[in-house]
Parts: sequence; C-alpha cells; structure tokens
Amino acid sequence: MSANISTSYKQLEQKSKITNMMLRWFLYFVLILFASYFIFPLYVMIVTSLKTMEEIRQGTLLTWPSQLNFESWGVAWGGRGYGAGDTFLRPYFWNSIKMVVPAVFFSTFIGAMSGYVLTKWRFKGDKWVFLFLLFGCFIPYQAILLPMARTLGVLGISNSIIGLVVVHSVYGIPFTTLFFRNYYVSIPNELVKAARIDGAGFFKIFFKILLPISAPIIVVTVIWQFTQIWNDFLFGSTFSFGKAAPIQVALNNMVLSSTSVKEYNVDMASAIIAGIPTLIVYVLAGKYFIRGLTSGAVKG
Amino acid sequence: MFKWLEKNLPKVVLAPAVGLISWFVYGFVLWTFYISFTNSKILPKYELWGVGQYFKLWASRKWLIAVDNLLIFTALFLIICIVLGIILAIFLDQKIRAEGVLRTIYLYPMALSFIVTGTAWKWILNPTLGIQKMFIDWGFENFTFDWLVNREMAIYTIVIAGVWQSAGFVMALFLAGLRSIEDEIVKAAKIDGANLFTLYWKILIPMMRPVFFTSFVILVHISIKSYDLIVALTQGGPGISTTMPALYMTQTAFHKSQVALSAASAMMMFMAVAAVIIPYLYSELRRENVS
Repeated sequence: MSANISTSYKQLEQKSKITNMMLRWFLYFVLILFASYFIFPLYVMIVTSLKTMEEIRQGTLLTWPSQLNFESWGVAWGGRGYGAGDTFLRPYFWNSIKMVVPAVFFSTFIGAMSGYVLTKWRFKGDKWVFLFLLFGCFIPYQAILLPMARTLGVLGISNSIIGLVVVHSVYGIPFTTLFFRNYYVSIPNELVKAARIDGAGFFKIFFKILLPISAPIIVVTVIWQFTQIWNDFLFGSTFSFGKAAPIQVALNNMVLSSTSVKEYNVDMASAIIAGIPTLIVYVLAGKYFIRGLTSGAVKG
Repeated sequence: MFKWLEKNLPKVVLAPAVGLISWFVYGFVLWTFYISFTNSKILPKYELWGVGQYFKLWASRKWLIAVDNLLIFTALFLIICIVLGIILAIFLDQKIRAEGVLRTIYLYPMALSFIVTGTAWKWILNPTLGIQKMFIDWGFENFTFDWLVNREMAIYTIVIAGVWQSAGFVMALFLAGLRSIEDEIVKAAKIDGANLFTLYWKILIPMMRPVFFTSFVILVHISIKSYDLIVALTQGGPGISTTMPALYMTQTAFHKSQVALSAASAMMMFMAVAAVIIPYLYSELRRENVS
C-alpha cells in the first residue's frame, strides 16, 4: 500500500518534470520567435544595404550578400559626385548635430533649474505650476504648428537650424522639468535645509549639493532629449526644407525622390545612417534609455 | 530691489520655463482655437466666421476617412501592443536565460525614428521585391501580399509597423510592474496551491491595473499623433486610403492653404488627446497625494 503511494508519487513527480520541461521549451520557442520578428527588419536593412541592385532582384529579403558591398553606404553618405539632384546625407547629418546639441543643452538646463525650484524652494501653488508645465508633454503638436510657423517667420528664423533649436528647446522643457522634478523630490530636504542654515544661497546649493548627485538624471534626460530631437520629423519637415533640413527629413526626401531606378540598397544604407546614432546610445546606455521611457512615458 | 530679487530668486529662475510654456503651448493653442472660428485661407484673418469650419470638416470625405482610419488603427494598435507586451513580459519574468539580450532586442525599435522604421517596412512590404517575392521564391507560387498598395488593406501595414515599434515598450512597462510586486504575494499564492496560470490570470494581472492605464494612455496618445510613420510608409495612399488626422492637418494647412480648416482639425485632435490625458493626470496626481 505504502509502496504503491510512493511509486505513484514518483510518477507524478516525473510527469510534472516533463510538463515543466515542455513548458520551458515552449517559453523559449515563443520568446525567440518574437525576437526574430523584432530583429527581422534590422537584418533585412543591413543585408539589403550590402547587396548590389542586381543581387537584390535575384535573391530574397533574407539572402546573405555574396560579397559585402559597401558602395551604397558611400552613395548614401557622400553622393555620387555629380552636381544637381545628387542628394546625400552628410550635410543633413551635420545639420542634425548642430540642432541636437544646443537644443538638448538648453532644454536640460532649464528643466534642471525648474525641477530644482519646484522641489526645494516650494511656494504656494507650486503643484499647479508643475501641472501647468506637465500638460505641455501631451499636447498634439498639430495644435501649435500654425502659430509656430508664423512666429518663426516673424523672428526671421524660419527654415533655419536656429529656428529648430528654439522649437525643440521649448517643447522639451515639460519633459526635462518632469524628469528633474521627479528626481529631486526623492532627495531629502534636510540636505538643503542644512546648507541654508550654513548660509549657502540659491545657486550655491544647486551647484554644490544637487548638481554633483544629479549625474543619473542628467544622463536620462540627455538621452531622452537626444533621441526625441534626433528622431523628430514633424517639426523638421514643417519648419525647414532644402539645405536646413535635419536628417530625418532628408532621409524621407531621398527615399521618396523618384529617380528612374529605385535603389533600395542606398535607401537602406541611408535609413541605417539616420538611425545609427540613437541605436548606439540605446545599446550603450539602454538602462537609462528605458528609465527615461518609463518615467517620461508620454511622448509618441 | 536687490532684496526683492534675493527673496524671489526661485520664482525668477522658474519664470523662463513658465513664460515659454505659457506663450508657446497655451498661447499658441488658443491662437489655433481662435483661427478655427475664422475663414482664413493662406494667411490668417481675424474676423470671426463662426463654427463653419467644423461643419466643413465633418462633411469632408477625407476627414471622415482619416477619423475612420484612426479608430481602426488605435483599436488594433492598442489591443495587439498590450496583449503582446503582457505575453512577452510574463514569459521574460520566468527566470529566462539571456533575458537582457532578449529585452534589448524587443525594445530597440523604440530608439529608431518612425521615418527609419517606415523606410524599412516599406521595403519589406514592397510587393515586387519584398516578402511576397520571398515566399514565391520559396515555392509558394500563388502567395500574394500586396497590402501596401491595396486600398482596403494599406492601413493594416501601418498597424504592423506601429506594433513592431511600440510593443517592446509596453513589455518594458509590464515587466517593471511585475518586478515591483512583492515576493510575499507570489509565495503566498503558491502556498495556497495556485498554479502559474491562476497566479498570473487571477492575481498578478489584475494587480497591473495602473500599468494597463498608463499603456492605454501612451498608446492612444501615440496613435492620435501618428504622422511620421504614415508619411514614410504610405504618404496617406494609395489615394487617400491611409490618411489620418495628423496628416490631414498638415496637408490642409501647407498644401491646400486652408489655414482655418486645418486649425479646426488640429483642435479636434487636441480635444481627443485632452479627453484621454486630463483624467490620467488627475488620477496620477491623486495617487501622488495619497502616498
């Protein structure tokens, strides 16, 4: 009797082990299946950019190139070297850099200051001020495009990189303020109070006490702003064209321009070039990238 | 004067942010709102004209198509992203080997712009050389996949690309949510004899309500604003079959020079977003006050 029970128990255990293993296999199968769905477009982009057009027509999306051909990368980056109508990404890449660096700096700086005031120098109604700023994260930018276009025109900076710097700096403020405010809220007020008693002033407290411990949130904010501004298309395409366009606009123009023969390899190389800076940041600092996404999780 | 400055220094420092946002966000939205009640064409005119633009908007076939597409897109985008996000998060939460690598793969599309994404998917979905050709070359000779150039189906290609871009993000939100649940709850449920399915379906997923709410708000927000992806993938075509409100707004303003009409469409988008966001902000703020 007792032997009977113990064998059936063993059987049961054996059985549950097998189901468990099956379950694990199934788990890995699904996870890898989806991983391939996510990796598929990137793979196709890279492979296509390394093939000749001849090879593209003969093979399929997945075929590995017979030999690595970097020519389309050269064409995407530097053109073919004949004058008119030869669009390539190099100048627009630099446009984007010139736009991103100051815009990230200004919006981060203003956000840090505002976050500091809203948490460490509280005043009556500061919560409403925060809400007032926060709402700026959510507005659909279509509701400000028309007056913005006119304002840039009046200021004489439409269709210029300076104009885009202004636009991105301003509309970044709600996000950067949100990041810094949420970070500084968790820092004990005692630190600030003690410094105040010691006679430290507004700026001294910021630069000597808060700034040195702000590295993580600065990284999060800079990465977030960099990604958003680098990837922006709406502002870029609305407020700039021709020579002042940022890279996403140039990429779109390149892909849409209807030359006699569509060169998909050059298109893919261009897309990779436009995507590579943010991709590198993501791979190197994924942790901070995700933190920005989940805490500022509002922008599309 | 100096004394005043010293006392009010924090407010002075806060002033640029508040001033800029007042002008560039609230002022500009009000301006757009006002213009939507005029009859402005190329240049803004300031005589009031009534609500005519809104009637014109809702009588326009193109706008109705845009709203229709938005509803289809939002519904599918929401459901697929959330279902996929939950499944991936739960599966990843089972002490998986190489979790970090998988997470990185699921989330990397979020680092790319919609223009890059759109360019890639346009090439993949291209009927002559893309997926269709791949399957035909593999021996499925009658395989057709022409959604990109098919009026009825083109909107679904935008769903495919949009889900690809955003599902990993929802996964990250849910994974963070699952990880924040205390071990005691899981242990207690296991002692009570709950199997893995009951544990998730009856206990953990219901606890994820705030994450559902956040994902819902973010995804709806993304879909109302979706513009770049459509420009890169279909330009609203074939014909006008994949037009969406954001595309309608810019086309009406900058190609058709119907400033007041496009302002009206922008205000409709604004109200749609506000309807989702204001309850969200309200609840977030209340939660913060409670804790």
